[in-house]
This record gives sequence, structure tokens and C-alpha cells, in this order.
Amino acid sequence: MRWPSFFHRRRRKFSSPQGRNQNLHRALRILSVVSSKLMENKGVLMTCPMSSYLEEQLQKRFRLLKLWDSQMKADFLKQNSQLISAVVGNTVLGADSELIDSLPNLEIVSSNSVGLDKIDLVKCKERGIRVTNTPDVLTDDVADLAIGLALATLRKISVADGFLRNGLWKNSDFGLTTKFSGKSVGILGLGRIGSAIAKRAKAFGCPIGYHSRSRKPNANYKYYSSVIDLAANCQILVVACALTDETRHIVNREVIDALGPEGILINIGRGPHVDEPELVSALVEGRLGGAGLDVYENEPEIPEKLFQLQNVVLLSHVGSDTVATCKAMADLVLANLEAHFLGKPLLTPVV
Amino acid sequence: MPTKREDASTHPLASTIKLVFHCLPQTASSKKMDSNSIGVLMTCPMSPPYLEQELDRRYRLLRFWKFPQKTELLKPHSQEIRAVVGNATIGANAELIDALPKLEIVSSYSVGLDKIDLAKCKDRGIKVTYTPDLITDDAADLGIALILAVLRKIRGCDLFVRRGPVWKNGDFQLTSKFTGKSVGIIGLGRIGTAIAKRAEAFDCPISYYSRSEKADTNYKYYPSVIDLASNCQILVVTCSLTPETRHIINREVIDALGPKGVLINIGRGPHVDEAELVSALVEGRLGGAGLDVFENEPEAPEELFGLDNVVLLPHVGSGTIETRTAMADLVLGNLEAHFLNKPLLTPVV
Repeated sequence: MRWPSFFHRRRRKFSSPQGRNQNLHRALRILSVVSSKLMENKGVLMTCPMSSYLEEQLQKRFRLLKLWDSQMKADFLKQNSQLISAVVGNTVLGADSELIDSLPNLEIVSSNSVGLDKIDLVKCKERGIRVTNTPDVLTDDVADLAIGLALATLRKISVADGFLRNGLWKNSDFGLTTKFSGKSVGILGLGRIGSAIAKRAKAFGCPIGYHSRSRKPNANYKYYSSVIDLAANCQILVVACALTDETRHIVNREVIDALGPEGILINIGRGPHVDEPELVSALVEGRLGGAGLDVYENEPEIPEKLFQLQNVVLLSHVGSDTVATCKAMADLVLANLEAHFLGKPLLTPVV
Repeated sequence: MPTKREDASTHPLASTIKLVFHCLPQTASSKKMDSNSIGVLMTCPMSPPYLEQELDRRYRLLRFWKFPQKTELLKPHSQEIRAVVGNATIGANAELIDALPKLEIVSSYSVGLDKIDLAKCKDRGIKVTYTPDLITDDAADLGIALILAVLRKIRGCDLFVRRGPVWKNGDFQLTSKFTGKSVGIIGLGRIGTAIAKRAEAFDCPISYYSRSEKADTNYKYYPSVIDLASNCQILVVTCSLTPETRHIINREVIDALGPKGVLINIGRGPHVDEAELVSALVEGRLGGAGLDVFENEPEAPEELFGLDNVVLLPHVGSGTIETRTAMADLVLGNLEAHFLNKPLLTPVV
């Protein structure tokens, strides 16, 4: 039988390397369209404003519901609870027990953070709800900020800048501050962020000590089996561990006293790591040399007694708030959601 | 914050300086030497008070700033003054040197020598000493501190927080990451090298411009400042100030650095064409700047005061108590070595 010539042309076209490539691209486009259609209907609840880029992308790819759109959150959840398959939370508002209970079809919590203290992980595990976070992509920014805070606190950068802008330099020199290089740095929690801080501090000739739940065999730094020992043996104490029930108020009165009137506390962990009233009174009374804080117990509330002090630097939880990192975190959130809804392995699963 | 005087001795070089200082062998005649009769002129107040106190204790100290009419001091005392202790603000210029016929040594409380007429000192056989190395760490730390403060807007965020209710209404703006940005260093001397070492720990690719390529370094060399500026995101000025390096940062270099580039100046104000820098920052042609020095200190361009992409410091490069105390010990050590006819610790001329 003779095949029609058009058939031969099409057969030649599809059996050639170019033809196969075109086929593949066409198939991928079809698959992409089908996937997009599938995901467009998936209800994703965003708990609070966190990144305009993330919000735009979620809007584009899914059926986005914003928890802050409604004053009456309970009603909002009731009306939309069946629709919601995913929650995107962060360090401000995650997925607590109450929220999870109100969402019967919840399949995944994709947190726009590395910290998981705002997610009820136990409940997620019980319900078979997957949880992802954004490790690694923010390590550098947070470590950079820890060093930035230590330098800014010790060298009084902000105060000196204000001194100049307020015209005071014309009448006298700025006072002397204290050196960073060579000061001993103690790190609470030698995970990704703690290790990145240690690497940077070493380049300033700082001897490094650390405390962790257990000694790290690959770390060349001096290990201290208690936080108090660490604080007693360093000049700059950096909080870089995860927030758990055990690490709440890990920096307490005794640790602050051990750090002493020439010691500096840097907190880039979580506010509840530190007993804040004890910290404030130690700073006000001069029992602690200074502090660089990016986090507080009741954000966005900050103890006003700290505002008049020149030996503290106060930031508004900006640890990973650079343009590049925010986008990288958002992309990871989106990639985890897509992977989940397409039945693929999650990129950064926690549960 | 309170820092004990004793803490100064934790400076890595302080113990060495003290050891050398106190081990200087003394001859019988020098033991009898009445150092309190040696006139030492201090050009201006210097922090911490330790240096002035020690000079006063050991020598016949004359304080230049106590005499509004300089001739009031120079006329009656010019024959007594055998040493001048100056710094980066007021050194020993030709006029002062000419007014002091018995001047033997200028011991500078600084590493920069641009305020000393070195040629005149050489002609007159006047020794000059300075305080190298001691300020290297502080200056390098400050370079990194300025970079982080500019890119992460640390001061702006601190002010945002201290205004209290503002944070409740919305977060502070997103800023710019430091890790991984390319750093270009003008002048790869002690301070430039120390900055490079620190920046490498932030995974920053390092490149540099210097009068000549350095054989013992792995960093990428650029034979011109413009090439360096075109190929880095953060440009750091750390070279010494000479007639050749005056205004080494000019309009062309600033344009090459560009609207996303950041300039850090921990060298000297005159390294930068300040008027061009100001207009570039105000017009957005340069991304940001961290400045510890200015062309006409203590004046700083007020057009910059309203910008949040600049950090402005009042020449605090080596202003830590640890380093200043070690510097003071080196000034004292050099003076003592000179008057005991021993080798100077850190001579320039």
C-alpha cells in the first residue's frame, strides 16, 4: 500500500532529531498547561502580607486567599475552609493548631521562613499535612546581619553617624569605641547560620566558642557544655539556635551576668530566646555592655527603655530581608507548592 | 560602653610594644638624663587622655592648642622643643618645623603622613615615626562595618524602630545583600589586604588596583581605577594620600561604578572628588556610599544628610580605646628610643 505523501512528510518530520525535539517541547507545553490549570484551582491561604513578589506569583498560579483581607477572620475561614489546600505562613503568622483545625482539606504548609516555631508540627504530622520551609537561601543574609550588628554595636556606627548629621563634629571628636577584631565570639547553636557566622568572625581573628545540644564532630571550635560557661568565656554572645520549648529564655539573668558589663549580646534568633525584661534591666543598669537585637519577645512591640541607649542597635526583624533573598525564599515556597500539587518530591520538607 | 584601661593591653601588638619599650637598655648617662627638661610639643588634643598624661609625666609638655596666638608659645619656647607629637589632624608642616630650630623628632600619632612635611624633615635631619599596623584591624573592621551598614541600611532601620509605632504599620524596606558581591580595593597595602581577607569570608570575589601588581596575591589585578570600578559592585579606597592619588575617585570612576555600586572611603577625604560624589549620590547615579573621611573635615556635605543610602562617620577609623592606647605606647616608645639614642621602633625618615 502506498501511504499518502503527506503522511511520509509528517513521518519524516517526527522521526528526525528536530522532529523529536519539537515533539518533546510540544508535550512539555501541554503538560505545563494542564499543570497550570490543575493548580489554578488549588486554594492557597496566605496568612499575612510578607512579600509582594510572592503574593503576585501565588495570585497568578493558584487561587489565592488572603487572611488579612477580612476583619472577621473566623467567618472568612468558615466560608472558605473547604477550598484551602495549602497555607503559606511566616515568622509572624504561621499555622497554629486552631488554623489547622479549621481547614479540613489542608494538605501542605509551605512556610516563608526557616524558623518553624509558628507551626504546630505535631498536629501537621498527625493529620498527614506536609510542611516545608526555606533553609539555606537565607543563611548568608542572617549571618551577614549578625556581623553587621556586632560591628554596629561595638563601633557605635549609628550613633557616630547621628553625631555627624547633627553637627556635633564641628565642636569635638566622637568618643572612642571598642574594637571588634580579636574579640572572642560565642555562638549559641552551631547550625547553618551559626557556622556561617563563625566563618565570618574567624576572618576578623575572633576565637570562636559554641554551645549546642551536642558537640559537633566537624567543628574546630571550642565546645562549651552549658550556655553559662559559653557566656563566661566570650565577649560577644550570638543567639543562632532554633526556638523550641527548651531554648525559650535560654539567655536568662544568669547568662547575662556571666556575659558581664563588657559583654555584648547579639540576637538574630527569636525574641523569646531571651528573657527580655532581664535584658532590658541589665542594659539600663550597665550590667551588660551592649546588645544588637533583630528580634523581640512581642514584635512589633519593643521595650522603650532601650530607645535612649547608645550601646544597643535595634532592628525590625530584617534578618533575611534583602531583595535577592526574599525572592529566593518565595521561589522556594512556590516550588514546594508546585511539587506537592504535581505529586513530585518536596524540595525542602520538614514533615 | 565602659572599657577598662587594662583591656587595651589585649591588643595583639601592645604586649610586644610594652616589652620592647621596657627592655630598652639604659646607659648610665641616660639614667641620669632629666627627661622632664625635654620640650615636647603636642599639636592638638588626642584621645584617650592617656597619651597627654604620659607625655606630661615624662617630658616638659607644651600644648599647642592652649595658645590661640601660636607665636605666644613658639617665641619663648622654640629653643626647648626637641619633639613634636602630631596626628592626622595637625601634624608638622613647613611653617612649624621652621619655627623649631632644635626639633629632632616628629612622632606621629597616626599612620597617615600627609600632614607632615617629610621633605623638610629629611633636609633638616629630623626623624619621623608613625604608628603603622596597629590601626590595620580597626580600619579594616570599619570598612566592612560601613559596607554592611550601607547595604543593609542598619542606621535607617534602627531609626525606624526607635520611632516606635512606625513598625506596627508596616515592615522596613528590603535592602541589598552583601555576601557574594564583588569588592574592588584601591591600594592593597596592610589595610587593603585586611579588608580583602574579611570580605573573602563573605564569599566576595576580590580585585584590586595598585601602583603595581602584587606578586604574592591571588586577587585579580586591574591596571586602572576605572577598570576596577567597572568590574566591582563595592569599591573601597584604602591607599595612602599622595599628589597622585588626590581625587583618584573622580566623575569617570563614579560613573563606572554606577547606580548599583557602593563607594567606601576609609582613606582620606581628598581621595574623592567630593562635589562629584555628592551630585552622583543625590542624582542616583551612584547606589550608595560609606564615608569615614571628607575633604574639609570636620565639615561634611549637608546635601548627603537626608539620604538613606549613605553612612557618614566622623573619621573614626582607628578610634577604639584598645588601638589608641597601643598607638600612644608606640609614640612614647619611639620618643624614648630617640632620647636614649636607641633604634627607633617605627621610623619613616
